[in-house]
Amino acid sequence: MKLKLEKVRFTYGKRLVLDNISLGLEPGKIVAICGPNGVGKSTLLKCINRILPSRGNIFLKDREVKTLKRLWIARQVGYVPQETAQVFSISVFEMVMMGRRPYLGWKSRSQDREKVFEILSLMGISDLGLRDFNQLSGGQQQKVIIARALAQEPEILLLDEPLASLDLGHQLEVMALMQQLASDQKMLVIMTVHDLNLAAWYADQILMVKDGNILCAGAPSAVLTPETIWSVYGVAAKVKIEEGRPYVIPLRHSPGKTGLNKTNI
Amino acid sequence: MNQTLILRRAYAREGLQKACIAGVLVALIFFMAGISLSQGSLEISFKEVWGVLWQVLVKGYDPQETHQTVIFVLRLPRVVMGILAGFGLGVAGAVFQGVLRNPLASPTTLGVSSAAGLGAALAMILDMGVTGGRFLVVGNAFVFSMIPALVIFSLARFKQATPEMMILSGIGMFYIFGAATSMLQFLASQDALKAMVVWLMGDLGRAKWQEILVTGTVLSACIPLILWKSWDLNLMGLGDEAARSLGTNPDKSRMILMVTASLITATIICFTGMIGFIGLVSPHICRIILGSDNRFLVAASGIFGAVFLVFSDLVCRVVIAPVIIPVGIITACAGGPLFLYLIIQKKKRHW
Repeated sequence: MKLKLEKVRFTYGKRLVLDNISLGLEPGKIVAICGPNGVGKSTLLKCINRILPSRGNIFLKDREVKTLKRLWIARQVGYVPQETAQVFSISVFEMVMMGRRPYLGWKSRSQDREKVFEILSLMGISDLGLRDFNQLSGGQQQKVIIARALAQEPEILLLDEPLASLDLGHQLEVMALMQQLASDQKMLVIMTVHDLNLAAWYADQILMVKDGNILCAGAPSAVLTPETIWSVYGVAAKVKIEEGRPYVIPLRHSPGKTGLNKTNI
Repeated sequence: MNQTLILRRAYAREGLQKACIAGVLVALIFFMAGISLSQGSLEISFKEVWGVLWQVLVKGYDPQETHQTVIFVLRLPRVVMGILAGFGLGVAGAVFQGVLRNPLASPTTLGVSSAAGLGAALAMILDMGVTGGRFLVVGNAFVFSMIPALVIFSLARFKQATPEMMILSGIGMFYIFGAATSMLQFLASQDALKAMVVWLMGDLGRAKWQEILVTGTVLSACIPLILWKSWDLNLMGLGDEAARSLGTNPDKSRMILMVTASLITATIICFTGMIGFIGLVSPHICRIILGSDNRFLVAASGIFGAVFLVFSDLVCRVVIAPVIIPVGIITACAGGPLFLYLIIQKKKRHW
């Protein structure tokens, strides 16, 4: 088993964000973490590669993360944050080269440069190589950051809302790439996703998170039922099956059934 | 594949460009130093300067030779101090800006300079200090200028301060120390006031070989450490979470870099007084020319600072010779317009 979480808890100040999360994930799969805003999806991702310190146990390839060196973790786990705020301008090439940091001394070796060229080409962004990262569109930036994570040559890839700033075409392109990485390189891809239909189409497994707990986990068709969607989001929805995958159609917002009306907005 | 080839060529060209610019800057240091050594009341030509230096290198120093004495006792110390101080301030500025992810960070905005000023003022006006005798002013300035670093260090250690909190607390200290210095100046006698004001303006002429030795030792201990950490400086520009995910510990790196850069600044300021502007502007100018990769930027900013300070000192000495203007005035006078020009005409966004 590539990744195992046992009773993982995380508190932010006094607020309990993650409450006793346990799960095990196998290589070569795409796992989508779904759930409402602010339930701890991003926090869960950040605990996996110890960006945030959690209680409980997390095992990366049967090793407890607390005992591991950061550089070692960085060679196993790539991470794509939700936002990248770069103050000083930096070229796309340099940005992706940072993904080689876990392998480098001070100077970049020619094989590291080759790796960066290769990944830029894989992502189809070689033409952006010397452009200023800050001047790219949101979608292009997202691809650059994914390229940086791939430059880490990870076995596990964590993506926090990777599809948020992408248009429809790029969303599908990125998801297809994730599928390819999972099947060809046996990478374990874990991402937080808001779009349930994209999760349904591409994920092997969906984790539905509510109030710091995993409400249910499993194949999309098992998780995405009208009952689950109602209990997690408070939204009535129809679920159709298209080509063997569930397809969620939210119904019109019904007054009196959500928290919004209670506060007299 | 074709795109990769184009990128590869462009990348190689850029690398070559960087190397050339660095080479030109280093050559400029020697050129400026040569001109600076030739200027003064005793006329020595640019060519003769190198001849004299070569002779000393080969045959050793001969106090009987007037040219050698003038160059070695009077002129060379300020030129060497100019190179060291400019280099150190340029490096420290680049480190502060990188660590705090803020284009306004510099020894001035972090309170380091004004703390040194207060230390010197206490020594000069009240004759109060941590050391006595000859090193009263210098020692006081040094100890005081490490205070902001300690405050910021403790904020980070015990309050988990973010870079924003650090720079804001630096600005807070800048005002506190500044106000205390003003109070002392207000109460001071005429003579002490004049000495104080001149000290604050910054001057390379106070440095003799002993001071240069100390500065050189501190720099040669700190600079390799900073260069070694410059990769982490790049990663810290991405924010703490991304830096952690790429295998570095931003809290630890930030601490090491802040303390090292403060140490460099404190050492230089206590021997030269306040030389503003280089720490702020040198990194920006180099960023415009060379890009933001700190592995090159840190060193380049230092080299540029050295060129710039030696040049400014030269201007100070020739503009109304034999009067020597405090160099701090010229660094801002010459650097300000250059900086504004680069900001206005630049094509890319750099911060």
